[in-house]
Amino acid sequence: MGEVTNRLAVDLCGIALDNPVIPASGTFGYGREFAEVYDINILGTFSFKGTTKDPRLGNLTPRIAETPCGMLNAVGLQNPGVDKVIEEELPNLAKIFHKPVMANVSGFSVDDYVYTCEKLDQQPQVGWLEVNISCPNVHGGGMSFGTDPAAAAEVTRAVKAVTAKPVIVKLSPNVTDIVSIAKACEDAGADGISLINTLLGMRIDLKTRRPILANTTGGLSGPAVFPVALRMVYQVAHAVSVPVVGMGGVTTAEDVLEMMMAGAAAVEVGAANLVDPFACKKIIEDLPAAMDKYGISTLSELKG
Amino acid sequence: MKQGIYTIKENKRIADGIWKMVLAGDGTAVTAPGQFINIKLDGRFLRRPISVHDADDTSITIIYKVLGRGTEDMTSYAPGKELDVLAGLGNGFDPTASEKPLLIGGGVGIPPLYLLAKKLIAAGRSVQVVLGFNAKEDAFCIGEFEALGCKVSVASLDGSLGVKGFVTDALPSPDTYDCFYTCGPLPMLRALDGAIPAGIPGQLSFEERMGCGFGACMGCTVPVKGGYKRICKDGPVLAREEIVWEK
Ligand SMILES: Cc1cc2nc3c(=O)[nH]c(=O)nc-3n(C[C@H](O)[C@H](O)[C@H](O)COP(=O)(O)OP(=O)(O)OC[C@H]3O[C@@H](n4cnc5c(N)ncnc54)[C@H](O)[C@@H]3O)c2cc1C
Ligand SMILES: Cc1cc2nc3c(=O)[nH]c(=O)nc-3n(C[C@H](O)[C@H](O)[C@H](O)COP(=O)(O)O)c2cc1C
Ligand code: FES
Repeated sequence: MGEVTNRLAVDLCGIALDNPVIPASGTFGYGREFAEVYDINILGTFSFKGTTKDPRLGNLTPRIAETPCGMLNAVGLQNPGVDKVIEEELPNLAKIFHKPVMANVSGFSVDDYVYTCEKLDQQPQVGWLEVNISCPNVHGGGMSFGTDPAAAAEVTRAVKAVTAKPVIVKLSPNVTDIVSIAKACEDAGADGISLINTLLGMRIDLKTRRPILANTTGGLSGPAVFPVALRMVYQVAHAVSVPVVGMGGVTTAEDVLEMMMAGAAAVEVGAANLVDPFACKKIIEDLPAAMDKYGISTLSELKG
Repeated sequence: MKQGIYTIKENKRIADGIWKMVLAGDGTAVTAPGQFINIKLDGRFLRRPISVHDADDTSITIIYKVLGRGTEDMTSYAPGKELDVLAGLGNGFDPTASEKPLLIGGGVGIPPLYLLAKKLIAAGRSVQVVLGFNAKEDAFCIGEFEALGCKVSVASLDGSLGVKGFVTDALPSPDTYDCFYTCGPLPMLRALDGAIPAGIPGQLSFEERMGCGFGACMGCTVPVKGGYKRICKDGPVLAREEIVWEK
């Protein structure tokens, strides 16, 4: 581009992003609903809906509950399964999005993760694999992969063995010591760490005296979790040397700057997209003025 | 889907716990009867989905029931206030599916049937309508349907208005309609499916708690025959034959 430098450009695991704004998995589907209202190619990239080996219908409804400054969801990883994603969703996506996409992967056993990652590794559209380790490990007695450093490392190692693409391990915040999990993933070969996934919560309907969510509990996200997420991003970014993707409650350009000041190389935006379909577009448009206000010439200078 | 800023033109109580709000703004965002809008309220994180009762080029009318805090807040909104609205959401009813339509509404399931009735009447159909309420005090819209030229029957649970009982107690003879369109509480939809002869097609509008309201979050998905559907995007109107009733 010669003299013209893009002030918003950042690098994520060796892949250049036009800006650090990335819609978070589960809040952007496969991009289609948003492409109807704006050109999603303005995004850094986006992380598509959590994909598993087999199709999943997900939980019964109600799956959503409102909270002060946020929401609970218990979608239960509804997705058509990796084969259908490759057959149908990726070709559809190719028509509307022309940048590398982040493939979000979930599983209930190490073999599940390996199967799904191996398939997505063959897809040229996929830039990064974001491996969500917050689901229960059905073979390990239902305990989440993401709450045990050894299990987190095992998934990371197994996935790294079957893909040449950068592997970003997505951590659950529902742990006592997030740094030990992050370090275990880094030691096992993770190319990056993303955090946070949702915080476990619940609501009760005062009229029926029963939980609002059919699943009883669900994951809290939205502005309510921002300070918790920022703290965890800060702790992890200072403990590992791989890039960290920060998320949790990000709603404005200022939130993006704050996440990057905490050490994030890029920033995902989740629940905000659901309330305002133009949230990421607005954040990207607002970033230059916010940077001017705080004397930031380029975003890449913030990192670290 | 279109996002727009709409200005409240009118917001008034029309029955016990029932309010009508007229929003000035782009009404062309509404592309079918039975669609809904999703309204951002001050101090509430999620939007509130409310059916379109009526729409023209420059306005959208909704009718809402005071249920929880959000709808309670809405009653205090004065004309002139601006609201951030996502409009044109959902598939809506298909008015072309019937020669002799029957419309059945219960409580705040009635509003989306009004724009449908308008379209059907405009297309020259003779329209039968059955409306169900708890009591006379919470009844609304009866005159509006009559003014369109619909043949209206009413049922109320306490018998204070029309037939005493449920909408199923006020249904016309099955040979007088070839398709039914309905919106209302789930038990009512289920009862209608039981009461109306199996051969008659129906379009039924459902409610679910929503995250986004435009198809992105999978928060509102229900199983249907042969797969699943997002109530906000693939619905809220489902065809009778695809509905899976047991949950
Ligand atoms: C497609 C659709 C069309 C609708 N049309 C109408 C209408 O025309 N008129 C009308 O009065 N109501 C309608 N509703 C129901 C209306 O959305 C709820 O009554 C309203 O959201 C309650 O908000 P609240 O803040 O008062 O209640 P609260 O209980 O405080 O709300 C808390 C959260 O739960 C959600 N919620 C609570 N009840 C419902 C419900 N029954 N359905 C969906 N979400 C709910 C709210 O949106 C909010 O996110 C419709 C719902 C859907 C899904
Ligand atoms: C409706 C919904 C669905 C989600 N689905 C997934 C998913 O499939 N995979 C995943 O890794 N994270 C999922 N998440 C978590 C988000 O990607 C993100 O980590 C979290 O919501 C925190 O960000 P936020 O506060 O900006 O929403 C989901 C979140 C929401 C609200
Ligand atoms: S409410 Fe988000 S997909 Fe229906």
